[in-house]
Amino acid sequence: MRRLLAGPLRVVNVGLSAFARELAANGVPVVQVDWRPPSRFQPLLTGLEARAQAIEAANTETLRRMLAAEPVLVGVRRAGDLIRELDAERLILHAGPPLEWERMCGPLRGAACGAIVFEGWASDLVAAEKLVESGGVRFAPNHHFGAVGPMTGITTRSQPLMIVENRAFGNRALCAINEGLGKVMRFGGNDAEVLARLAWLRDEFGPLLHQALQASGGISLSPIIARGLTMGDEMHQRNIACSALLLRTLASHIAAAANSQSAARALGFIGGNDQFFLNVGMAMGKSITDPASGIAHSTIVTVMCRNGTDFGVRVSGLGERWFTAPVEMPQGLFFPGYSAADANPDIGDSAIVEAVGLGAFAMAAAPAVAGFVGAGGFEDAVGYTRSMAEISATRNPKWQIPALEFAGTPTGIDIRRVVETGIAPAINTGIAHKRAGVGQVGAGIARAPLACFEQALTAFADAR
Amino acid sequence: MLANRVERGRYLDSVALMRVSRRVGALAGVEAAAVMIGTPSNKALLREAGLLSADGERAEPNDLIIAVRASNAGAAIDSAVAMLAEKPEQRSGLRTTGSLRRGLDLEPQANLALISVPGAFAAQEARNALERGLNVMVFSDNVSIEDEVALKRLAKERGLLVMGPDCGTALIAGAPLAFANIVPRGEIGIASASGTGLQEVSCLIARLGGGVSHGIGVGGRDLDERVGALGMLSAIDLLDADPATKTLVLISKPPSPRVADTVLARVRQSKKRTVVCFLGSNGATLTEAAEQAMGKKLAADTPSPGRAKGRVLGLYCGGTLAAEAELLLGGAGECVDLGDDQFTRGRPHPMIEPELRNEHIRKALADPGIGVLLFDVVLGFGAHADPAGVLLEGLKGSKKIAIASVTGTEQDPQGFSRQVAKLRAAGVHVAPSNAYAARLARSLVS
Repeated sequence: MRRLLAGPLRVVNVGLSAFARELAANGVPVVQVDWRPPSRFQPLLTGLEARAQAIEAANTETLRRMLAAEPVLVGVRRAGDLIRELDAERLILHAGPPLEWERMCGPLRGAACGAIVFEGWASDLVAAEKLVESGGVRFAPNHHFGAVGPMTGITTRSQPLMIVENRAFGNRALCAINEGLGKVMRFGGNDAEVLARLAWLRDEFGPLLHQALQASGGISLSPIIARGLTMGDEMHQRNIACSALLLRTLASHIAAAANSQSAARALGFIGGNDQFFLNVGMAMGKSITDPASGIAHSTIVTVMCRNGTDFGVRVSGLGERWFTAPVEMPQGLFFPGYSAADANPDIGDSAIVEAVGLGAFAMAAAPAVAGFVGAGGFEDAVGYTRSMAEISATRNPKWQIPALEFAGTPTGIDIRRVVETGIAPAINTGIAHKRAGVGQVGAGIARAPLACFEQALTAFADAR
Repeated sequence: MLANRVERGRYLDSVALMRVSRRVGALAGVEAAAVMIGTPSNKALLREAGLLSADGERAEPNDLIIAVRASNAGAAIDSAVAMLAEKPEQRSGLRTTGSLRRGLDLEPQANLALISVPGAFAAQEARNALERGLNVMVFSDNVSIEDEVALKRLAKERGLLVMGPDCGTALIAGAPLAFANIVPRGEIGIASASGTGLQEVSCLIARLGGGVSHGIGVGGRDLDERVGALGMLSAIDLLDADPATKTLVLISKPPSPRVADTVLARVRQSKKRTVVCFLGSNGATLTEAAEQAMGKKLAADTPSPGRAKGRVLGLYCGGTLAAEAELLLGGAGECVDLGDDQFTRGRPHPMIEPELRNEHIRKALADPGIGVLLFDVVLGFGAHADPAGVLLEGLKGSKKIAIASVTGTEQDPQGFSRQVAKLRAAGVHVAPSNAYAARLARSLVS
């Protein structure tokens, strides 16, 4: 009690922020708490305090595994050779949690039909749709097969998939090759141009990239991310630096592995695609969180993903259960001629990068990206990283943000913190047109629905 | 009309450009707008949107295209150029978080929680803070008396202090909290069950050349029978043990006799000089409390404005100031506390928005039975930026005698002298304190 009057006064101000500004103006150290009415799940959180020790121990292990990961990009192979089920039946993998055809959004249906034509299961898009409606194909999430895919995330047997190996734990994760901007399948594109590019990726680029990666001995990804963060990337909306760093490392191996014409096409393709690294980063994210899942009593999120209809969350201590809620609409900026009315709801497995502390969580490293919401400046970018730190359990010492005095990226979303603070994880994302075949119409920021985390917390409290 | 302007060799991040595009597109008379770097894919997008002119077609990947379709395209392009040149606004670097627990992570050495959340939640937040070892100031009102007693008992068990609930102001170790004035540090420690009482006494001490070690608010109900001065007794313990405090001043509205006895018994154990100001008992006033604590008197330099017919009406923002004035008027008039719930439902407190008082002034000016108007003008953090100015708006055209006192210091954002000069220039008689003002008003009508 004495120390109050003996000073110095240090204040936590809960409520009216004018009082905090007054104290700051008078040189008193103060932290502002933007108060909100307590969550109706507060009793659950209070109840979990009795299990705090077990939870802390479990989370420590989850985070240790995430931070100890050694992701290496090792090669590219045909999807059917990597996931046997793809060859065994007409199986189409998609982004997000499980979803039946009837509830799929336009771009997801469009991409699925494009993939059916691409695989030769139907001669055209109309026939493809009939095939689906007659039950001729089966759908399943990428996440059920150790894979991820951006936007619609369609994965079928003959696509080339990149392989990221987590050498610390011996697991691997897969993701398709980024097709570039414009009309592409991940945004629901499915015309001849889209399918021709996919064929080139399958027949020429994929095998060449594989040879180059084999010759390189694999490319260690964590150091590339660390450097990308110092160069203004956050690895979701902005991958310019990482794409360039990857290209620099690969260039000589590609040149050595191919004739000059295919080498020129391959180098030009990577060099012309600012988002080439995104898919590599996604496979990396999946390779990091897989060994961290299934740890009893852990409240750390291992998967966040969206299928354009539902948002899906998985939590380490709750294993493979999905916690889903309707996806939200991304808020952002649109290309000329498009507006929010054209936007498809949030979609893609790419939120796996937020689950490992990148994307919106690393926004302070990429202030250029912050403008996608409101009057974004550097302070807003810092604000995103700070508020994501509110719901994260630790910081990644390997991935530092220079502008935050080299603080690590906030890592390991804790469902307890999300529910307690009401801060929904932010996700930097591209925005697809709601109609199949149009493609990307903008970019922005989406929020994970709080309901997913509330359900997960409820299930966690029930589980013993 | 479609127009393109191409700026050669200018690169800006696409996000910045999209923001400008959206703002230009929202200008009056603008049908469509886009600002983009002249890459082939961007030009294709502009072409499809019908936004690319012959000028734009010639742009190269290192050029910037400003494209608009608008009734006055030239003006829209100029606006876009101006927006591209803007620098983003700087934000205050306040550390902000979402919960008390996280706040403590950021400021582990914190020793006080200042709580101003809706009353229904304030007790729970205060309890959390006490359980985490923090002293607490509860600015919120509408906290039940049962919660108040429970919080103060919990604080006592933990060796902590609870100020409030409904504690509008405090001065701790030189720092003003909530609605406080900038008062120099000194040797007088104040424990007060009244917010404006604490403000008036601390400002008068400053005016008399003294200073305040600490001003501890304990909440208006602390000397109620049910609370039993739990807060006041803790505050006395603190100030008694504080080496910076040489003199104690205790302020309250009339306490229950039993509680008053308890407090006075505690005071007798203290070796420090103590001034007790329980309004309503023995004619005590806030002014005399400040004068006794300082051992000198305020200069009563207000010339008498002559005699007046009718009664005195005091229209007050500060509740304790209204109560003090009414006691001193002794039947020569009455005082209205405009901060009372019946006037503030759904509106800001009149210390923040004094316009509320002007409605009552208009009614009073039309009432021939009222001869003298009496006011308080409260300065400091949180108060209106120019309360004297607002009061003078209300008095425009008034023929009645107006008397006011100003509760504030030179260092307050509004500036004591500036507010006094403004009132005097408009013909308001400014007394050195609220008690002097009330006595002056009474002398005019009796």
